[in-house]
Amino acid sequence: MIKLDPNLCKGCSICTEFCPKGVYEDSKTPDKKGVYVPIPKNQEKCTKCNLCALMCPDQAIKVDENDE
Amino acid sequence: MEEANESPFMKYMRKDRLPHIFCAGCGNGIVLNTFFKGMEMAEVDFDNVVMVSGIGCSSRIPGYVKCDSLHTTHGRPISFASGLKLGNPELDVVVFSGDGDAAAIGGNHLIHGARRNMDLTVICINNSIYGMTGGQISPTSPQGSYGTTAPYGAFERPFDLAELVSAAGASYVARWTTAHALQLSNSIKKALENKGFSFVEVISQCPTYYGRKNKMRSPLDMMRWMKENSINKRKADTMDSEELAGKLVVGEFVNKAEREFSQELYDLVEEKYGKKSDAIKSAYRDD
Ligand SMILES: Cc1ncc(C[n+]2csc(CCOP(=O)(O)OP(=O)(O)O)c2C)c(N)n1
Ligand code: SF4
Ligand code: SF4
Ligand code: SF4
Repeated sequence: MIKLDPNLCKGCSICTEFCPKGVYEDSKTPDKKGVYVPIPKNQEKCTKCNLCALMCPDQAIKVDENDE
Repeated sequence: MEEANESPFMKYMRKDRLPHIFCAGCGNGIVLNTFFKGMEMAEVDFDNVVMVSGIGCSSRIPGYVKCDSLHTTHGRPISFASGLKLGNPELDVVVFSGDGDAAAIGGNHLIHGARRNMDLTVICINNSIYGMTGGQISPTSPQGSYGTTAPYGAFERPFDLAELVSAAGASYVARWTTAHALQLSNSIKKALENKGFSFVEVISQCPTYYGRKNKMRSPLDMMRWMKENSINKRKADTMDSEELAGKLVVGEFVNKAEREFSQELYDLVEEKYGKKSDAIKSAYRDD
């Protein structure tokens, strides 16, 4: 599971741009704060490389290493 | 402790202060993560780390980290860090500084820190502009780039910080961009391991001022520009200045073991007084 913390994400889309597997998609609808929090839509493609967590400037991403 | 739903770096952070004040997509947060990763790779004890910074957006980084820190005056973090290191050479002293902080008002401290080769790790977040004060041109702003103080484009030649600090005598120097997070983490690891003055320059994005003034409005525009225009040092060494115009040279510039200042000084004390200095943490001792 990939979790994005909506309280921390500022919607910069760096995760969408830099994930080598295209896991994230930009959201088309803003949340209550007006932030476009990306959606980890293609999680089955994730290799758990953790690059997204390393590059998220707001420490908003957790990639769970222990699941299926 | 790492919690199930949190970023792997959250355990080092002062959670109650988040979200941090940096603009969306600012490079400061990426550099912070790469520092944590480099620290883990170097197996540095987090409790032994002291972060020192000056003034600027980038200099606010230590305030979000759960370690001892000093937020000092503009341009002076290397001086405070030098005092700290000499007071207790066992500490891992890390300086976070911006290009304005390190190269403009603090330029002299930077070159003399390097000249002395004191065991400090200086991470300079170079966003080519003064972010905190509203987008003034800095000593690293590229020629022709726009800022609030350069409505017709900067006409001064910028410093090449990695080259400057190499020439001044640092024993580890590297430069990467925020689009090279893995390489950057690895250089921070080596910088922490090096017993001497280590300088890691990070070309970073200030989308709010540099980006907006220079037709790269979004953080992604800026990071694509960095990725597309960076060239590894090994390749750059075979190219001439014309071919290198507008390019960002990244990689390792210096990595050589050299005599280190605080060790030299403590050795001298021992030699002259016939015993080891007992000044370290002396204030904590019973009398
Ligand atoms: C002695 C002094 N002079 C000027 C200032 C105003 N000032 C605050 S931050 C700053 C520049 C910051 O630029 P930089 O170090 O590149 O950091 P950034 O905000 O871009 O991360 C200046 C000039 C100050 N605080 N103190
Ligand atoms: S990189 Fe982080 S802050 Fe930026 S959009 Fe992705 S989760 Fe949000
Ligand atoms: S861990 Fe790697 S593959 Fe998985 S979402 Fe993050 S960047 Fe993409
Ligand atoms: S003004 Fe620039 S450097 Fe400062 S937080 Fe915003 S993007 Fe970052």
